[in-house]
Amino acid sequence: MNLVVLNRRNLLAASGCALAAGVSALVLPARAQGVAPTASMSGGANNYRKGAPVVERIGKGGFWMTGTVRRAGDGAPLAGQRVQIWAHTVEGQEHEPQSHGATLTDKNGVFRLEMPQIIPIFGQPHGHLAYDSGEFKSVFLRPVMRSAKDKSLEAHFVLQPA
Amino acid sequence: MRLARVVSIWALLAAALGVPIALSFTSELLEWRGPVYIIAGLAGMIALGLALVQPLLIAGYLPALAGYRGRRVHHWVGGALVVAVLIHVGGLWITSPPDMIDALTYTSPTPFSPWGVTAMWAIFAVAFLALFRRRLGLRTWRIVHMALAVVIVSGSVVHAMLVEGTMETISKAALCALVVVAAIKVIVDLMQRKTRPMRSSSDGP
Repeated sequence: MNLVVLNRRNLLAASGCALAAGVSALVLPARAQGVAPTASMSGGANNYRKGAPVVERIGKGGFWMTGTVRRAGDGAPLAGQRVQIWAHTVEGQEHEPQSHGATLTDKNGVFRLEMPQIIPIFGQPHGHLAYDSGEFKSVFLRPVMRSAKDKSLEAHFVLQPA
Repeated sequence: MRLARVVSIWALLAAALGVPIALSFTSELLEWRGPVYIIAGLAGMIALGLALVQPLLIAGYLPALAGYRGRRVHHWVGGALVVAVLIHVGGLWITSPPDMIDALTYTSPTPFSPWGVTAMWAIFAVAFLALFRRRLGLRTWRIVHMALAVVIVSGSVVHAMLVEGTMETISKAALCALVVVAAIKVIVDLMQRKTRPMRSSSDGP
């Protein structure tokens, strides 16, 4: 007798299988694609100034902006990529030229730029970073500091070809 | 009303509004802000303070401003609230246009922006509808105004609490709590009053 009994145990087992199948279907293609590209954050490009110069340090420093730049797919580090950084700091407002600067990633795809202390503006202590050099699709980030007293902030780029 | 009671009510109200505003002037953030940004922030605080005054006025809780006089002042304070919000938004627009555009279009990354913008539209709606309140009819007007008042109070309070700005945290929370309590108290009172016949004695000319 092939009688399918619809009791709680069978239902749970069946739904468990369905869930497992559904989840793996969602996960597997993502794994095949590898490292997903970073999407621009809303408000990330606000007060952006194109072509800020590469600098040793923005202003007098005291605060560190760090991060990495990698390639979408295989996640390989991208060396020599220009990252622009700006924020409202103790030395100037977000839109002012002295609040902007750029730096390049090293051979490990790591960047690190000293800048003045970021302070809350528009209700949140946050920084802005941009990759906007053309070789890859532009990405604008707007990370928020956990505390306004933090002395550093990090942001990571995964770029896809333009 | 006893003089001591009158004095204490006004003193409490002055403190509820004055202390948070005074403490905001001690914020170190002011050092790095321009005058327009500072005025914009101040206008926001004043608007929050007026949101406390409004229910107290309309319910007649403020000595010497009960009944008809309280309602007249409520209208004027409502107008002042609109002006304060306009200065707040205008000043922030001048300070950073792209951030303000994001907020007004509900695309801002900051979680407090939609609350503030929604409260702003509710304030404008009340002010606009107030001009036609006779045509709307007292009953409809009251229901609409009360519903919008709930939006204004909850929107403003959540907006203020989530913003990391010049206001000192405890005095800001205290003012916000008073705004919420005053609104709830007045709404409950008005709803109870509606079930009874129209008041007369406390409402004299």
